[in-house]
Amino acid sequence: MIPLSWYMILAAILFSIGTYGFLVRRNIIIMFLSIELMLNAVNLNLIAMSHYLECLRGHTFTLFIITVAAAEAAIGLGLVIVLFRNKKTVYVDHIKELKG
Amino acid sequence: MFNQILFLYCAVVIIGTGLLAVRFKNPVYSVLSVLVLFFHMAGLYLLLNAEFLAAIQIIVYAGAILVLYLFVIFLVNLRQELTIERFIASRRFGTFASIGLGVCLLAVIPSFKLGAKGEYPVERIEQLTHTKAMGFELYSTYILPFEVAGLILLIAVIGGLVLARKNSEDVDNSGTDACEVKK
Repeated sequence: MIPLSWYMILAAILFSIGTYGFLVRRNIIIMFLSIELMLNAVNLNLIAMSHYLECLRGHTFTLFIITVAAAEAAIGLGLVIVLFRNKKTVYVDHIKELKG
Repeated sequence: MFNQILFLYCAVVIIGTGLLAVRFKNPVYSVLSVLVLFFHMAGLYLLLNAEFLAAIQIIVYAGAILVLYLFVIFLVNLRQELTIERFIASRRFGTFASIGLGVCLLAVIPSFKLGAKGEYPVERIEQLTHTKAMGFELYSTYILPFEVAGLILLIAVIGGLVLARKNSEDVDNSGTDACEVKK
């Protein structure tokens, strides 16, 4: 039997990796990918807890999170395409028109 | 014992490929290592008796979302990460903040206590099969969120179409004020 804390430790580490990628990388596609990593960490936590709590709430919630992640990827990558068409860049350091 | 070895294998691969994904300079390599990560995540879901979600993980995440990422990367056609002047010097801050967040999350885990047990023990889910049990929950208790999820997907479809559509008037002068990519 695997203790619940193992899953929670793994999810915490994966969430930190996602945060690191989001804060450090400048490529907007990789930043979206880091958000997916964070969502996966949350999913793992939800499923592990609902397994040990013997209920199905976490499972249904995970299904909704996957739905929202798919929608977010579609719209976010559409925005990246529009950005690239207009500015010819995907690096967030190039997008600084509002800098005073 | 076998379960623990499987868990440790999946955990090591997940952490390794996660670190590789945020460290690779080439975005295609990043997406491919995230693909490996998602497969091992599905393995962990199987360990937790969530076989329907493991299938969904592979079909939706690995099959649909990551292919979308790959298509966008190929469309944008980036070879390497460029070294450019940073708008905010955030590398050190980002490393510090993420390590601090990880330490905080790990520090609060021992104080977690499980609450009251629900009404779906493993034997009942195995008897019903996981898909059927989730269907019962989804179509009775969570019917409204389920409908809202459908609406969200509809909005994503419409938003994707509107965003990706090329405006015929803007085609001529779309490239004139593009900022230069420094090599």
